[in-house]
Amino acid sequence: MARPKDAPSKDWPDVRLHVVTGKGGTGKTTAAGALALALASGGGRVLIVEVEGRQGLAQLFDTPPLGYAEERLAPAPEGGEVFGLAVDPEDALLEYLELFYRMRSAGRLLDRFGVVDFATTIAPGLRDVLLTGKVYEAVGKRRAGRREYDAVVLDAPPTGRIARFLNVNSEVAGLAKVGPIRSQADSIMGLLRSRRTAIHVVTLLEEMPVQETVDAVAELAEIGLPVGGIVLNMLRSAPLRPTDLAAAAKDALPRAEVLAGLGAAGVEATPETVAVLLEEAREAAERAALERRERRRVSALGRPMYALPLLADGMDLGGLQDLAAELAAQGAA
Amino acid sequence: MSPARRSRAVPTPLPAPVPQTLDVDAILDDPTVRIVVCCGSGGVGKTTAAAALGVRAAERGRRTVVLTIDPARRLAQSLGLTSLENEPRAVRGVDTSAGGRLDAMMLDMKRTFDEVVTAHADEVKAQQIFANPFYQSLSSSFAGTQEYMAMEKLGQLRARADAEGTWDLIVVDTPPSRSALDFLDAPKRLGSFLDGRLIRILMAPAKAGGRAYLRFVGAGIERVTNALTKVLGAQVLKDVQTFVAALDTMFGGFRERADQTYALLQAPGTSFLVVASPEPDALREASYFVERLAAEHMPLAGLLVNRLHHVGRLAGLSAEESIAAAERLDRLGGHPLTSALLRQHAERERQAIRERHVVDRFVAAHPDVALAYAPAQASDVHDLAGLRAVAAAVAANAAR
Repeated sequence: MARPKDAPSKDWPDVRLHVVTGKGGTGKTTAAGALALALASGGGRVLIVEVEGRQGLAQLFDTPPLGYAEERLAPAPEGGEVFGLAVDPEDALLEYLELFYRMRSAGRLLDRFGVVDFATTIAPGLRDVLLTGKVYEAVGKRRAGRREYDAVVLDAPPTGRIARFLNVNSEVAGLAKVGPIRSQADSIMGLLRSRRTAIHVVTLLEEMPVQETVDAVAELAEIGLPVGGIVLNMLRSAPLRPTDLAAAAKDALPRAEVLAGLGAAGVEATPETVAVLLEEAREAAERAALERRERRRVSALGRPMYALPLLADGMDLGGLQDLAAELAAQGAA
Repeated sequence: MSPARRSRAVPTPLPAPVPQTLDVDAILDDPTVRIVVCCGSGGVGKTTAAAALGVRAAERGRRTVVLTIDPARRLAQSLGLTSLENEPRAVRGVDTSAGGRLDAMMLDMKRTFDEVVTAHADEVKAQQIFANPFYQSLSSSFAGTQEYMAMEKLGQLRARADAEGTWDLIVVDTPPSRSALDFLDAPKRLGSFLDGRLIRILMAPAKAGGRAYLRFVGAGIERVTNALTKVLGAQVLKDVQTFVAALDTMFGGFRERADQTYALLQAPGTSFLVVASPEPDALREASYFVERLAAEHMPLAGLLVNRLHHVGRLAGLSAEESIAAAERLDRLGGHPLTSALLRQHAERERQAIRERHVVDRFVAAHPDVALAYAPAQASDVHDLAGLRAVAAAVAANAAR
C-alpha cells in the first residue's frame, strides 16, 4: 500500500478537509477532482466526496456510478490513490441512526412513517446536517491506528448555498441546546472552523462568477469559516500579444498587413475575411480587458490564486491529470 | 436502395440531426400563454434569459412581470431592483408604446413564508409561529425553502394577475437548485408530507384524544416518537411539535396551494423554456428536464441554447485549415499578427465545433424538442439594451 505523505499540501499543510465550491458552470467538480489527484500524488490516500446526488465524480473519472461505499477512482502519480464517495442522505440517516443510537430497526420504522423522507427532503437543513456529518466522519476515519485518508476533498454545493450548507450545524446548535445531536453539531463546526479545513472557491474570470466568489468569501469570513484559495478555471490561451489586443480594441489593427499575411499563407482571403478576423480580435480584446478587471477583483481578496487552463479538446482523465499537475506546481497540493 | 447494394457502400456518416425551430416571438405574442418558466442548471444564464424575454414581451405589448430568484447585482440594477422588496415594481426605460409594461421583482423567501403564515393564521397563532425557533430556521436558513417559496410567489402573482388584471404574462426564473428539478418537486413534496403519517404523529401529542388516535394509527408509533426524542432531543421535538400544531389550521391552505401551483404548471397557459449552455453537463441536465416535463405532462416550449458560437464563419478557414496556415506563416516568418489571428480563429472554431457536437447529441436524443439559440457575447449582459439585443438575436434565429 502507498505510504502516506507527511504534508499533503504546500500551501495548506495543516488542512485535512478541502472544501471546493464555485458558481454553477465554473467547473468546481473538475477542480475538486484535479485537487484530489494532486493531493494524492506522491503516495497519498485521498477521498473525494460528492453530496449533490449528481454522480459527477463517476462522470469525471469515467467510472460506473458510485454506490454508498468508498470506491477507488483513480491512481495518482507516484503511488497515490484517489477514492470516491457519493453520499446519499437517506442512507446517511439510516447509518447515522445505527452508528449513534444502534437503532437500525427503528430506522426502518422511521422510514415507514415518512421520517426519512421528511429528514432528507422536506427539511433540507437536516439533509445538510447528514451530509456534513458524513464528511466529518470521513475526515476522522481511522484504520489500524492511523488515519484512513491523508486528505478529504469535498465537491460542495455551489457558492450561492455554501455558507448555509457549511453553517447548518451551528443552526442546529441553535435549535438543540443539549443532547447527542448538539454534541455532534459542535464537533462538526469545530472541524469546519479550524485550520484543518480550507474552503476553496472556483471561478471563471467573468463578472457573475467573480461577484459570487467575492460574496461567498465575505459571507464565509463573516461566519468564521476558513476561506482557502481561489481557483481561476478555464483560462483561455491568448494567441494575440497585448499590444495587438490593445490595437484591436481600438479597431486599429492594420488590415492591409493582415490581408497580405493571409496571401502569404496561401489563404484565399477577401476584405470580409479580414473583417471577421479583426472582429474576433476585438472580441478577444474585450474579453481580455474583462478578465484583467475580474482578476484584479479576485486579487483584492488577498487569497492564494491558482490558474487552470481551458482544455481545448474537452475533459478526460488525461486532462484531469494535467490540471492536477498544474495545481501541484502552483502549490495548491 | 436495396439492402444488398447499401451494404457494399462505404458507410457514410449520419447527417447532423436538424432540430425544430423554437419561435420565441410566437410564444411571447400568444395571449393564451400566461406563464413562461425558465429552468435549467446553474450558470447557464437562466436569469438573463428570463429578463431578456420579459423585456421583449413587454415591448411587444404584453403586460409582463418577471420574477427573478437570485439575479447578479448588475443585472438586478438594470431592472431597477436595488432592494429586496418582495413586490414587483416597474422597470424604467422599457418601451411601452405597444401597450405593454414590465415589472420585476426579486424573491425574498423569508418574507414570502411570513406572508403565507400571516394570510392563513390568526394574529395570535401567527405570532406563535414566528417566535418558534424551528420556523425561524426553516424560513430563513434551510436550503430548499427557496424552491417552495418561488412556487408560492408564482401562485400569488398569478392570483393577483387574475384578480386585478395587472399582468397578462409572468416570466419566472427558477432557483439555483441542487438539481434543476427541485422546484418542480418542492410543492408536491410539501403536499405529500402534509398528507403523511409523520405529520399526524407529530401532531398527536398536542391534540385532545391523542392516545386514542395513537392506538388507531398503530403500535409502532410510540417507538417512533421515542426514537425521534432520542435523536433530536426532547426540546427540538417539542419545538417541531408546537410548530406543526400551530400550522394545523393552515394545512388545508398549504396543501391546496401546493396542488394549485402544480396544476398551474401543467395548465395549457404555461410554457417551460429549458435554458442550457452548449456544454455536456448543462445539456445532460436539460435532457433530464425535458424527459421529466414530459412525464409530468408539463408543456415544454423548447430549449434555449445560450451563449453559442457559430461554426464555419469563414469558408476555407476551418480550425485545421487555420492552424495549417498559421504554421506555414510561422515557417515563412514575417507575419506574426496574421498568424496569431489565425490561431485565435482556430480556437474559436474548435470551441464552436465542440459546442455543436454536444447540441447535436441532444437533438438526436430529443428530436421533438424545438431549439432557439442565443449567441455568445464577449462580456456579460447588464443593461436593458443588452437584454433587448439578446432577445432580438434569439427571435432572429427563429425568423431565419
